[in-house]
Amino acid sequence: MSMEITLSREDIVRLCERVEGAQTRAYAIPKLTDEYPGMTIGDGYAVQLELRRRFLARGHKQVGWKAGLTSKAKMKQMGVDVPSIGFLTDRMARPENAAISTSDLVHPRVECEVAFVMKDELTGPGCTAAAVLAATDYVLPAVEIIDSRFSGFKFDLPSVVADNGSSARFVGGGRARYAKDLDLRTLGVVLEKNGEIVAMGASAAVLGHPAEAIAMLVNILAELGESLPAGSFVMSGGITEAIAVKPGDSVIARFQELGSVSMRFVE
Amino acid sequence: MNEEQIQHYGDALYDAWRERRTIAPLLEQEPDITLADAYRIQLRYIERRVAAGETIVGKKIGVTSKPVQDFLGVFQPDFGQLTSGMVYQEGDVIDLGTLIQPKAEAELAFVLKEDLQGPGVTAMDVIRATDYVVPCFEIVDSRITDWKIRIQDTVADNASCGVYVLGKTKGDPRKLDITLAGMVLEKNGELHSTGVGAAVQGSPANAVAWLANTLGELGIPFKAGEVILSGSQSALVPVADGDELVCTVGGLGSCRVKFSGRSAV
Repeated sequence: MSMEITLSREDIVRLCERVEGAQTRAYAIPKLTDEYPGMTIGDGYAVQLELRRRFLARGHKQVGWKAGLTSKAKMKQMGVDVPSIGFLTDRMARPENAAISTSDLVHPRVECEVAFVMKDELTGPGCTAAAVLAATDYVLPAVEIIDSRFSGFKFDLPSVVADNGSSARFVGGGRARYAKDLDLRTLGVVLEKNGEIVAMGASAAVLGHPAEAIAMLVNILAELGESLPAGSFVMSGGITEAIAVKPGDSVIARFQELGSVSMRFVE
Repeated sequence: MNEEQIQHYGDALYDAWRERRTIAPLLEQEPDITLADAYRIQLRYIERRVAAGETIVGKKIGVTSKPVQDFLGVFQPDFGQLTSGMVYQEGDVIDLGTLIQPKAEAELAFVLKEDLQGPGVTAMDVIRATDYVVPCFEIVDSRITDWKIRIQDTVADNASCGVYVLGKTKGDPRKLDITLAGMVLEKNGELHSTGVGAAVQGSPANAVAWLANTLGELGIPFKAGEVILSGSQSALVPVADGDELVCTVGGLGSCRVKFSGRSAV
């Protein structure tokens, strides 16, 4: 993947302000490539990192990263063919069983993921799934609430990367486990909304093995000149397709061996 | 339908199966076939196979997922009979020349250690009566042209059963979360699709309980030692000469199957 930046600093700041406005005031905007058709994935990451710089300057704390678009189901749903990454901050975290407001979101969707908490720093390029497992403190189940700021969830890779991979909220929960005690490839997951099963799958849906997604993330970070610090919370990408939620909905994700994660949505 | 019509269609399906060819959808020939008629036709078709030397070794449950039920416009599963001629062991190569238009699906199979007599059977009774579960492949096949089936067609055609392969790794359902166990299906070394036990009626044990109760209404018990294929947890996979499939059930193990030759269609 080329990380070439073609946009000027002014354009990057301008796009960042557009994304930031849409994220903080919860409104949809057209995808950025409508105005900048030549925009690259590298440009998208430049916008994302500018967004992070602004959030951190305002006192948000980065807690980790997420891999996105890592399953065939998601890539097909979104019409892209390469995974992406986005940063996670403390402001996006919600506790298990929380009532999550949708009034500050555009069109939220939920998906089930295996999350990793790292005990050692990881540096790419060349990071492998085995290296990820060796550097993992524990794994846990998580639900990501994604929220594309683009109208109709219609986007391309440069636009979604600029929008921080559609990151919005996340809930970690369930049961912490040592990765070595589990077969992380075959964990089954069931997503229920209001008591009805709405999505299902097994963890191999994520690039064949969730640790592969984390390795991919570390290698993208290397291209951006960064590493994955010890202590990071990392989500490996949706096992199932993403399911829309609205106020009044109650969601529970049930994972083989990892317990469950639940939340409900309110105005 | 009268007995003569039932025999006619049961015999037509038996002949189609024996000669590896398809027939037009039964509903096109006879628009008023009821579900009860369809099961009587199935019985006739299977009686012909038993008369020709096969024995009944178990049951299969089909139409267990919501997408398939929606597609067929029904709200419950269906079932068919497993016969001795359908059995392959893991490691065998399945000769596609014995089949018409096969597709594979990955499932969990139950082997019982006690009889189960419905009605009134719950999922808890199923676990209690289960000797072990194994990952398996069912190779479904249709004697109906182009798989143009409605529920009566597939029921009459023995729930579209072809052949099946049981894996060798036996699991105790008291030690395995059969509801949340993941199902990973690979074709020729590449990930094909994933699923989970809950895809089958919320849990495979619910599907087995449904069948115990449905058969119980007809006075038929599940017998100890019978094999019950509980329903597909995967997408349908087309198979061709040289293909190899592996399904893995999380916390249990795998079943591997190879194919050779050409099917009729």
